[in-house]
Amino acid sequence: MTNTPSSSAMSATLAAPAAGGPWGLFGRRKSASKPPEETDAKRVQFNSRLLPYLFLAPQMAIIFVFFYWPSVQAIHSSFYLEDPFGFGSTFVGLANYTDVLKSGEYLGIARFTAVFTALVTFFSLAIGLLLAVKADGVIRGNATYKTLLIWVYAIAPPVAGLMGMMMFDQHIGPLVKFAAFFGWDLKVGLNYNDTAFAMIVVSVWKQIPYNFIFFLSGLQGIPVSVREAALMDCRSGFRRFWTVILPLLAPTAFFLLIINTTYALFDTFGVIDVMVKDKAANNPITLVYKVYMDGFRGNDLGGSSAQSVILMIIVFVLTIFQFRFIERRVHYN
Amino acid sequence: MIRKFTMTGLALVFSATSSFAATNISWWHGMAGRNGEVINEIATKFNASQTACALTPVSKGTYEEALASGIAAFRSGEQPNILQVFDAGAATIINAKGAVIPAEDLINNAGYTFDREAFIDGVRYFYADSDGKFVGMPFNSSAPIMYINDEALKKAGVEAPKTWEEFEAAAPKLKAAGFIPLVQSQLTWQFTENFFSRNNIQFATNNNGYDSVTDTQLKVTDPNLIMMFDKLKAWADEGYFAFYGAGWNDNQKMFEENKAALWIGSSGSFGGLQKTAQMPFSATFLPYWGSIKGAGTSSFIGGAALFAMAGKPEAENKCVADFFQFLTSPEIQVFYHKATGYVAITKAAYELAKKEGYYNEKPVAEVGIQQLMLPAGEWSKGYRLGFYPQIREIMEREYGRIFAGEVSVKDAFDTIEKEGNELLARFAKTAG
Repeated sequence: MTNTPSSSAMSATLAAPAAGGPWGLFGRRKSASKPPEETDAKRVQFNSRLLPYLFLAPQMAIIFVFFYWPSVQAIHSSFYLEDPFGFGSTFVGLANYTDVLKSGEYLGIARFTAVFTALVTFFSLAIGLLLAVKADGVIRGNATYKTLLIWVYAIAPPVAGLMGMMMFDQHIGPLVKFAAFFGWDLKVGLNYNDTAFAMIVVSVWKQIPYNFIFFLSGLQGIPVSVREAALMDCRSGFRRFWTVILPLLAPTAFFLLIINTTYALFDTFGVIDVMVKDKAANNPITLVYKVYMDGFRGNDLGGSSAQSVILMIIVFVLTIFQFRFIERRVHYN
Repeated sequence: MIRKFTMTGLALVFSATSSFAATNISWWHGMAGRNGEVINEIATKFNASQTACALTPVSKGTYEEALASGIAAFRSGEQPNILQVFDAGAATIINAKGAVIPAEDLINNAGYTFDREAFIDGVRYFYADSDGKFVGMPFNSSAPIMYINDEALKKAGVEAPKTWEEFEAAAPKLKAAGFIPLVQSQLTWQFTENFFSRNNIQFATNNNGYDSVTDTQLKVTDPNLIMMFDKLKAWADEGYFAFYGAGWNDNQKMFEENKAALWIGSSGSFGGLQKTAQMPFSATFLPYWGSIKGAGTSSFIGGAALFAMAGKPEAENKCVADFFQFLTSPEIQVFYHKATGYVAITKAAYELAKKEGYYNEKPVAEVGIQQLMLPAGEWSKGYRLGFYPQIREIMEREYGRIFAGEVSVKDAFDTIEKEGNELLARFAKTAG
């Protein structure tokens, strides 16, 4: 319901400054430390007081239409039990919320979502970083590696899900045959853990190139002088990475952490939808898929609105947490 | 002057191409592939048969997506004239009083006489209210039937089972002959909903939900149903039954590839199976339990029905009625029956197909309709349960857990009954 728009609006706002380089993110740029005369010389003056608002208006309109307005509607209908066609509706107070939070199934899905998000975020960041560091060594003068590693990103999530589904197909999947070679009877669609494994693999695979691009550009933005100075101080490449390179990559990593969390929570919808083939049955699903199932398949508008509000709160809390506790350790510049 | 003439000429041309200002009506459906093409062909036939109405079919994706789009459109006053709604969604639309004009009223108001008796028994109740008045117009109807791998049965030296007891006796021989004795494609529809109708057992209180939404409760902890699933699980453990998850095609595939001996599919699968099956096949009724008293009754209609949405001008409603009349004419029914494999819904259409010798040529095509025409029992008419798509999801989840060995059959049905009843209670509140 409101989640897809909210996530896209969010990634839009996050991604826009990021395109210019990860440093300027979230307005923390320490430009104020520059000498005042220099900033004054470059400062743009608006002659009209309305002009800045006019520039903001298109973005605000999009956020209003695709995020605030649906959010308000979701909050409203989460307090009602409503006939789908809009004939009868009963005010039920917080009953939709208590029903959802008491449901063992919902809590199970929430648990899976937490594990899934953590694993997908961790592995896509870790593998993306590893590949970027390794590619950074050989990349100069050779665009082929870069292209090969990046082009997976051009695949739409449902297509990635479709490819994953074929790789893990019960009857013809090459990965199933590969697993059988090691004595692992991989049953995607039948066994909860096997399906979870397949979903995580496909979701991580899909996201690695994105992280790779950002990490690689982050690495290439580290001045050669810094690297050379580090090289003189420390012989261990591993320690140099931990003490010099990684801290300098921290702003990129923090930005990617937020983007990847959002990706795992929301954008994996397409992968999951294709992999469970329209029938979740006893397969793992994430919270946003549950919202879709109850709202669009089950036509339970009240219950699914309550679930979207819960998701909004989760994302809100998670983002505040990340900014307050993790961003403190990130040093820009 | 010249300009004036040109304008008049243009206007004439335009009015001619728009078939003399015919009343436009829209039809949203959830069919894709060949079945979607057949819908377009039917619309073309209807538009060619008269000039007053122009019908435009629009595919909205899957059944679920069609229903969701229809609901969203209705809420914003943009509903189509005709909406196709699938079996599990029937309660949602029928309980929303005022969303649709009952098909029977629509047709009678348009000056036709609606004859309930013209329809075959199995399709008469599912989309009707508790008095038997047709709310939806049955459209694509199917029944769960058993497809038979002829070679497998010959090799094992067994006859096609009529009852599950006979299947149990034949299964070891089929297995010894190198086949998976049994696969199915939808445990909810074939082994739950139709289990109740085929074995004539009550599915839910309040007359299977037809009489009222208030306090309707599932009766899925029925000992016979538990016995059916205990057997399925035992057969799976013995290698007499194989389960490949909730996806329809993953299961069908084993039959198509000549690896399974018997497959419970849909009568509507026939068209596709003719192209994909790698061996000769036939079909017979969905088995029942000989041990259950009164079993062997008809199954109820599956598939979907067409609903005339309310809030449309009289002229458009008249066109919808015209179209429903056209659709139920024997010729169109037989055309649809042959093109898709869905069963003919009127007795006249069935007789026509028989007269044309279609069933001599394709005996499998007759199995579904014959099963729907079996004597009806008190509980063979299907169900009317709210939030039923979600109840099905609970069943699918628990059935998956049964076959993964995570839960006992008894516990699974306790969970289904408990969570299902909670959903039914919620649904009763939405209608309030």
